Amino acid sequence: MPFEFKLPDLGEGIREAEILAVKIAEGQMIAEDAPLFEVETDKAVVEIPSPVAGKVIKIYVKAGQIVPVGTVMVSIEESSSKTASIPSTNSTESQTITKTTTYPPSPSGEKSKASFVGEVIATPATRQLARELKIDIHLVHGTGPSGKISKEDLLAYADQQNKFKATGMPESAASSKPAGEGNKDGSDYTLLDFEKFGPIERIPMRSVRRKTAQLMSLSWSKIPHVTHCDEANITELEKLRHKHGATMQEKGGRLTLTAFIVKAVTLALQKFPEFNSSFDENTEEIILKHYYNIGLAVATDRGLIVPVIRDTDKKSILELAIDINGIVDKTRSGKIELEDLQGGTFTVTNIGAIGGTSATPIINYPEAAILATMQAKEKPIVRNGKIEISLVMPLSLGFDHRLTDGAQAANFVQLIVKMLEEPSSLVPTL
Amino acid sequence: MVVGDMTEQTDLVVIGGGPGGYSAAVRAGQLGIKTILIDQEAVLGGVCLREGCIPSKALLHVAEVIGLSQQATAYGVNFAPPQIDLGKLRSWKGDMISKLSQGILSMCKSNKVDVITGQARFLNERTLHVNCEGENSRQIKFKRAIIATGSSIIKTPAFFKDPQDQNSKRILDSRSALQVPEVPGRLLVVGGGYIGLELGSVYAALGSEITVIEMTDGLLPGVDRDLVKPLANHLNNIFKNIFLNTKVLSIEDSGEGIVCSYQQVGQQETTKEKFDYALIAIGRKPNTDDLGLENTSIELDNTGFIKIDEFCCSTDKKIMAIGDVTGPPMLAHRAMRQGHVAAEVVAGMSSAFDNLAIPTVVYTEPEIAWCGWTEGEARAKGYSIEVAKMPWSASGRAMTLGEPNGLTKIIYDPKTMLVKGVGVAGVRAGGLIAEAMLAIEIGLVVEDLVRTIHPHPSLSETIGEAATAAMNRKARQQKEQSIA
Repeated sequence: MPFEFKLPDLGEGIREAEILAVKIAEGQMIAEDAPLFEVETDKAVVEIPSPVAGKVIKIYVKAGQIVPVGTVMVSIEESSSKTASIPSTNSTESQTITKTTTYPPSPSGEKSKASFVGEVIATPATRQLARELKIDIHLVHGTGPSGKISKEDLLAYADQQNKFKATGMPESAASSKPAGEGNKDGSDYTLLDFEKFGPIERIPMRSVRRKTAQLMSLSWSKIPHVTHCDEANITELEKLRHKHGATMQEKGGRLTLTAFIVKAVTLALQKFPEFNSSFDENTEEIILKHYYNIGLAVATDRGLIVPVIRDTDKKSILELAIDINGIVDKTRSGKIELEDLQGGTFTVTNIGAIGGTSATPIINYPEAAILATMQAKEKPIVRNGKIEISLVMPLSLGFDHRLTDGAQAANFVQLIVKMLEEPSSLVPTL
Repeated sequence: MVVGDMTEQTDLVVIGGGPGGYSAAVRAGQLGIKTILIDQEAVLGGVCLREGCIPSKALLHVAEVIGLSQQATAYGVNFAPPQIDLGKLRSWKGDMISKLSQGILSMCKSNKVDVITGQARFLNERTLHVNCEGENSRQIKFKRAIIATGSSIIKTPAFFKDPQDQNSKRILDSRSALQVPEVPGRLLVVGGGYIGLELGSVYAALGSEITVIEMTDGLLPGVDRDLVKPLANHLNNIFKNIFLNTKVLSIEDSGEGIVCSYQQVGQQETTKEKFDYALIAIGRKPNTDDLGLENTSIELDNTGFIKIDEFCCSTDKKIMAIGDVTGPPMLAHRAMRQGHVAAEVVAGMSSAFDNLAIPTVVYTEPEIAWCGWTEGEARAKGYSIEVAKMPWSASGRAMTLGEPNGLTKIIYDPKTMLVKGVGVAGVRAGGLIAEAMLAIEIGLVVEDLVRTIHPHPSLSETIGEAATAAMNRKARQQKEQSIA
């Protein structure tokens, strides 16, 4: 029996991926770990290697297609004849139907695959219905006690999948819905027929764009945002940066302003932990994070992507500069790994390169705040009764008003401003 | 092809007429699939009906009746010692088997399943050769086949210095023991698994003096010890000896009886003891020989069972396999469910053997029944579980039955409170396990069991009580947490 390769679970909540490239051809002999496909998920471009060696019998997908997790992508006749015994992590994970079987333990101590984690809770009839509807029940969200999946949950999922298949878009993006039926978010609206007014074009929302839309809606609807604006005179900082720039370049780092900002933010977060937290609505608790992972909003051809610089409290500015350069390059070239996009605690977005005097950045849910740094410009500054020309950078902090208040935000931003204005305080951390 | 061979074509052929095989064939018939069922015996029903579950349960019923008559003395009702008419007992049992077998046959007929008696062997992946005694052999070309050939008793030639002794009438296996050739004075039972203990209980009730020799350190290996305890206590009373950690070295038929030498594990000292009969019940093995599997692409696992997936498909895509031949637990009800799955898969339905639990019942007195995770296995796997117990000494119904020795336990996930396993030891425990099965399959939480009314007085209340104990414990834990 040929080995059927299914789109594996790609991690945190990713349910489908767009196929960017098919790297094999039917009839081709491939080695184990040879790249099969390049796919783009909501978060990253990943290359999927073959868990087996053998001959490609049939390819079921083509570039440009969006496929849900569990879709059979290719069948491979394995080189060795031991077809049934390849417990590669990918293959077992991805064999969606196989996973529904959890053999019960037997008195003789038969090895069981059952695991309490990820076990499906649904009645036998519901499990059967899932197979009939060709749904991997593991992907269905159960609304019952302890996550039990009801027939209704299954039908809702099937409905969503059908719309997805019909339009190539998830339900939220599919617009043609009869009036009065309500949209996914519970609102009740239909779009106008724009064609009445002139020619239009419909572009499917895909991968990054779609994920951004979902995340921003979630953040904006859940978090009461407040934006606090301030300015930092970075004249001294720029001098310092240029002074150290050359030595840094020798050491392999480009000493960007972002590295200083990330450091200043990290130091400020240590003083104001509520900006490094999350709000747990279920338990009504504030989760303070004792680790500092700063996300950087990076504009790419594919849209906005936020890679994460880890443990910024443990790194010098030079180390941060090296990390930032590396991860930004990786992000722009689409080579970023999924794990580099996870675990952020605070986000910095630097729109300064383009322009602007202030912004109202939307928090990267479920973080507590986001700092936007705008374009630094030379401005007249009055100091000690004299007008000086200084390099001034506006800052906009968006924060979750459930977690903290305006006064703390002002203090938090002031601390950052102070560090940027008196960079000597940052020098020890260079 | 031999001249005179008949060749016929069918959509589905099922090999083996036991619970798995006939369930598959009947289900296939119901689904409109042209089906042939082949069994080498004219009496359908397999080991289960002919020489397993059914006759043993009949005899265990007799044992229960005798046991109850003896216990009745405790509440002032005295019976004379029983007089046992073995001939009548055997014919009662025989009639039962033939009646049930007839029932299976008529069920096959009414669902248009053709039944053939003969020995089937694969010639290739599409063709079976069937050797029918006293008739021309037949060839059957099939689209799909289901192997349901079951298992057979493991023989132990190593025990016997003289190989002839293996065939002695004094050496019983589960099959011949159920014929009840006579009631031996002293019966040795080799193997403390459920077959040995069930049959040992029968013969003890009929009047034999029973000695059990078990190699491991406890009866019913693999079963939670707290469930085995009520049974072990009872068997200690009705059996003469139970030797654990003990190995049989040899068995000889001296002409007047059996001489068994055995040794405690790790000891040098060997004991020789005389018995009238010996029953050897150490396990069963899959029936895969003489099936011509080498002419197919079926693969066996390293313990000799046919490898199947959750659709009961073997590695040969035209051939499926169900029941004992596919591995443990070797239980009729597992085979029957697999039979339904296999037939439905043949019919193109999207069925799968996705069951979360398979119940097991040991029909001794008291019974032991369990399903889902045992406490031992869940702990060995490192799962976080909690166990709530309800001893039967607090059950009114158990007391009115004169059987306060028992235990009901629920194994649950303290995080989700889902019921993960249930074990019951006590009189009629087997009947209680159905509620537990339903709870596990449909994903009930412990609270569901608490909020369901159980009849009073009944043994099923012990499940409700164990569930209540679990909920009370949870409430205490939450309280402690909130104080901390």
